Amino acid sequence: MNWTWFHKFGSPKWFFQWADKWGKLIFYIGIALFLVGLVLGLGFAPEDYQQGNSVRIIYIHVPAAMLAQSCYLALGVAGIVFMVWQMKMAPIFMKAMAPIGAVMAFLALMSGAIWGKPTWGTWWVWDARLTSVLILFLMYLGIVAIQNSFDDTKLADKAAAIIAIIGLINLPIIKYSVEWWNSLHQPATFVIGEKPSMPSEMWVPLLFSVLGFYCIVTALVCWRMQTELLIRERRASWVKKEVTKHGV
Amino acid sequence: MHPVRRKRLVALFSILIILGLAVGLILYALQQNINLFYGPTQVAQGEAPQNITIRVGGMVVENSVQRDQTSLAVRFEVTDFVHNIAIEYDGILPDLFREGQGIVAQGKLNENGIFIAQEVLAKHDEKYMSPEVSEALESAKSYSTTLVE
Repeated sequence: MNWTWFHKFGSPKWFFQWADKWGKLIFYIGIALFLVGLVLGLGFAPEDYQQGNSVRIIYIHVPAAMLAQSCYLALGVAGIVFMVWQMKMAPIFMKAMAPIGAVMAFLALMSGAIWGKPTWGTWWVWDARLTSVLILFLMYLGIVAIQNSFDDTKLADKAAAIIAIIGLINLPIIKYSVEWWNSLHQPATFVIGEKPSMPSEMWVPLLFSVLGFYCIVTALVCWRMQTELLIRERRASWVKKEVTKHGV
Repeated sequence: MHPVRRKRLVALFSILIILGLAVGLILYALQQNINLFYGPTQVAQGEAPQNITIRVGGMVVENSVQRDQTSLAVRFEVTDFVHNIAIEYDGILPDLFREGQGIVAQGKLNENGIFIAQEVLAKHDEKYMSPEVSEALESAKSYSTTLVE
């Protein structure tokens, strides 16, 4: 397997320039995809036969929930990469990603509660899915807090990486919580290898919205990583060159 | 791979596996507490305690809903297609409540095996449909039943 691309992303200078070049494009593509998804989903997708119009919250809820889990997976993998290979980009990535993941988890919880009131008849129940996602949100907050609470950057990165790795155990629990236990939350509508239990007029806008979310989050993480790079590499000569190039 | 890195990787994964096992065992031991509700079969087998606030869940049995004409009181049965359990409730039902719908009720089981609910929540399944499709399915179903009759 060719790992050159991976090693390129491990170089602060290379990544900074890459993010400068592609960040904006990815962001605008994301916004466009998300808007298409929203217009299709809110304007053209049919109502649900039981939920009526409140079904439309899935165009926010599902992407937010997916991103909350994907971001955490990325965080955990970055933690492993940092602990094993000691790549210095890994903790920078974690620092950029963690607050965004927290926002996504919060969005998923909030939109779920808003949907739950008219559909289930309650804002919140302590069922396995809801509780495990709340734990995910708290893990994010813990990682953000720990990485910012030490003066020693190396120590802070290590502590955050360990918590992120341990938190990986929560991901399969979230995924299978609706199958292992009786829960109020419904099981997955989309299962790999099976026909989705949802008409295409509903899932196509959802797909747009999900892809849009992924692009937007990628761009935001790139920008946040650039900022963190400038802070951490402030003594490097390439940073001085970059900064003077931007007219500072 | 560099031996030091391999050692770190192995150590990390061992920690993850051991912690995962520990969490798995804890969750397994707490299974009954994590389950949101008892199913009708569990209630029928006497696993559910009496006179303690618990939740039961199941599918509302067709033609079992009896509403009181003068109050909000309602009586219905839920099933898991093996056993049934009767539920009595006095309050506002969620919009999604109907026969054939999954529900979760919170309340207490009395001596006669009737569940006195304080709160009824509707459970939504993973299937989404437009109203037109649902109507078409309904009419197809009633058409086939009239054919059988």
